[in-house]
Amino acid sequence: MTTKTLLMASTMLSLGLATAATAQDDVPAGAEDDVLKIGLIYTLSGPAAALGEQARNGFMLAAEQIGEIGGMETEIVVIDDEQRPDKAADDARELVQREEVDFVVGPIFSNILVAIHQPVVETGTILISTNAGTSNFAGADCHPNFFVTSYQNDQNHEVMGAYAEQQGYQNVFLMAPNYQAGKDSLAGFKHSYTGGVAGEVFTELGQLDFSSELAQVAAFQPDALFTFMPGGMGVNLVKQYDQAGLSSVPFLSAFTVDETTLPATQDAAVGLLGGANWAPDLENEANTAFVEAYIEEYDAVPATYAMQAYDAAQLIDSAVRKVGGDLTDRDALRAALKEADFDSPRGDFSFGNNNFPIQDFYLTEAVKREDGRFATSAREVIFDDYVDTYADQCEMGAS
Amino acid sequence: MTNLFVLQLLNGVQLGVLLFLIAAGLTLVFGIMDVVNLAHGVLYMVGAYFVATFASLTGSFWWGLLLMLPAAVAVGLILELVVIRRLYTRSHLDQVLATFGLVMIANETVKIVWGVSPLSVPTPEILSGSVPLMGPLQYPVYRIAIIVAGLAVAGALYLVINHTRIGMLLRAGATNRAMVSALGVDIGKLFAIVFTLGAVLACLAGALVAPILSVDTGMGESVLILTFVVVVIGGIGSIKGAFLGALLVAIVDTLGGVFGPILLRSVLDPSAAGQAGRMLAPMLVYILMAAILCAKPAGLFGGRG
Repeated sequence: MTTKTLLMASTMLSLGLATAATAQDDVPAGAEDDVLKIGLIYTLSGPAAALGEQARNGFMLAAEQIGEIGGMETEIVVIDDEQRPDKAADDARELVQREEVDFVVGPIFSNILVAIHQPVVETGTILISTNAGTSNFAGADCHPNFFVTSYQNDQNHEVMGAYAEQQGYQNVFLMAPNYQAGKDSLAGFKHSYTGGVAGEVFTELGQLDFSSELAQVAAFQPDALFTFMPGGMGVNLVKQYDQAGLSSVPFLSAFTVDETTLPATQDAAVGLLGGANWAPDLENEANTAFVEAYIEEYDAVPATYAMQAYDAAQLIDSAVRKVGGDLTDRDALRAALKEADFDSPRGDFSFGNNNFPIQDFYLTEAVKREDGRFATSAREVIFDDYVDTYADQCEMGAS
Repeated sequence: MTNLFVLQLLNGVQLGVLLFLIAAGLTLVFGIMDVVNLAHGVLYMVGAYFVATFASLTGSFWWGLLLMLPAAVAVGLILELVVIRRLYTRSHLDQVLATFGLVMIANETVKIVWGVSPLSVPTPEILSGSVPLMGPLQYPVYRIAIIVAGLAVAGALYLVINHTRIGMLLRAGATNRAMVSALGVDIGKLFAIVFTLGAVLACLAGALVAPILSVDTGMGESVLILTFVVVVIGGIGSIKGAFLGALLVAIVDTLGGVFGPILLRSVLDPSAAGQAGRMLAPMLVYILMAAILCAKPAGLFGGRG
């Protein structure tokens, strides 16, 4: 009885404190000390752990190279969200309330982002997403404390749609898993593709045998196949596509053939096309340094997940230096972040009105590198300084 | 459409022989030993993990396959000795509980030993690529190899069961267990042989699909239900029934899975058609089962009515 009452009282007290903190012109509790504390939330276990590991490695690499981020003593807390939104929301609350972090960086998955967004941004803490970029946060629900170093989710699919359009394809076979991201993917593709559709198939999420779907591709002989099959599904699809002798049909994809799946698919994926905001072989000084350092440190080729997290660390560093380590003037900090004054491995990078990147998008092709590793390679620029389609719905104004 | 039909028919046969390999063991264990073994799918998964491990250790799929066989025998014997043997005299409910527990233990053990990330097995060099069928159609060599291997195993099983002494005992055991044991046959030994044979066949099925699927912890459960349908359609304890049932179920499943959505797409939007079609194919399988059970309550070749 007593313990229960105590627990109740302390909960109410901490709730009250949290409200009080919000009311004080959103200066989070951790802003006043001399330590720069950053919380990373990534999926580091389960089938998608490889993505979270890439992102964590990318961030840690930058942190190691910079040393003291923003010229301040730096402390980094890493948390595994286990791909569970409920756990991630609790983790996010703990990071901002107990750990008093200055920045939260992550996550990989959109449903996790939706879960942690409010608990972080409403306490005044800055949230930097290094992968997920849902349409609502790019549009009507944009927030001054929320920044994205990756893309708006639809954009990579739009790249492939634009490429199919540019090639003059009239008959494309579309395939995606039957869940929200799969439907968004095909919608994104159709946003920039006006040709005909040979077939539109929604597969079961987690499906491993694609023989039925590939039989349809073989029978219809479309101009190209567009698919979105992240993770293990993509590995299987690529292997089976290769074995089915379908290489005469161009394979267009997003989030399917990248450096996280290439170690598993290897030769089977070589020549397959994808859309991305970066590739390891982009020629600029920052990129060469980043890719070489990453391979040296982790013995693997970085994927976009690593690059985007690397940029998040650079972004924080640039902004904190600009404000001279004073994290209490939140407007100045946000303005400094918005300037994005750092050299991104992807080249051009700036923030739009909704704090989402304005950047170039490329057609990528899977290749075998000279060192025997597999990677994507940028073939051509599809979109130059591309702004996402939801930006005009964001009414954040200049802050 | 003809092209699609031909390809799907081949896919159906390929799935059918795999289902047969799994169902053959299940139907024997069920028919002869009267044990409901929910953990049969686990053996399929374990076979895939074995081949993945041995293939990566030796660098060759063939060595992996060869080494998998003694390992499968060992797993079968140990499982029979430690768990299954204690379930012969228990009720079906106890058997279901115990073997379901085994599924969970096995899945967790696999996660601890091999980790959560799916493993992949490279296709052996001479079986990679595809062969031209007709027109622009190609079919993967490896899937043809699965069909051939499955048919060969089916043929061998047919010979063993119909033309050897142990086969005679198996047939007798499936028809009337009490009589076989009354005639002085060491029923304990017979059961161990039956269970191990079933285990090896299921492991073999898992090993054969490893190069085309990724090797994952849930893979056993995904085939188990279809396998039970096969066993029921074919008649409990009948190998011949398992063979025909497996082909029937697999072909209905693959053809229904593709042509269902195509037909539905003319009346529904693609995402709804995909969803409804996905449900239609498994439904067809159960409708088939219901129809067969109406006509022949003991299944196609059921010994015991």
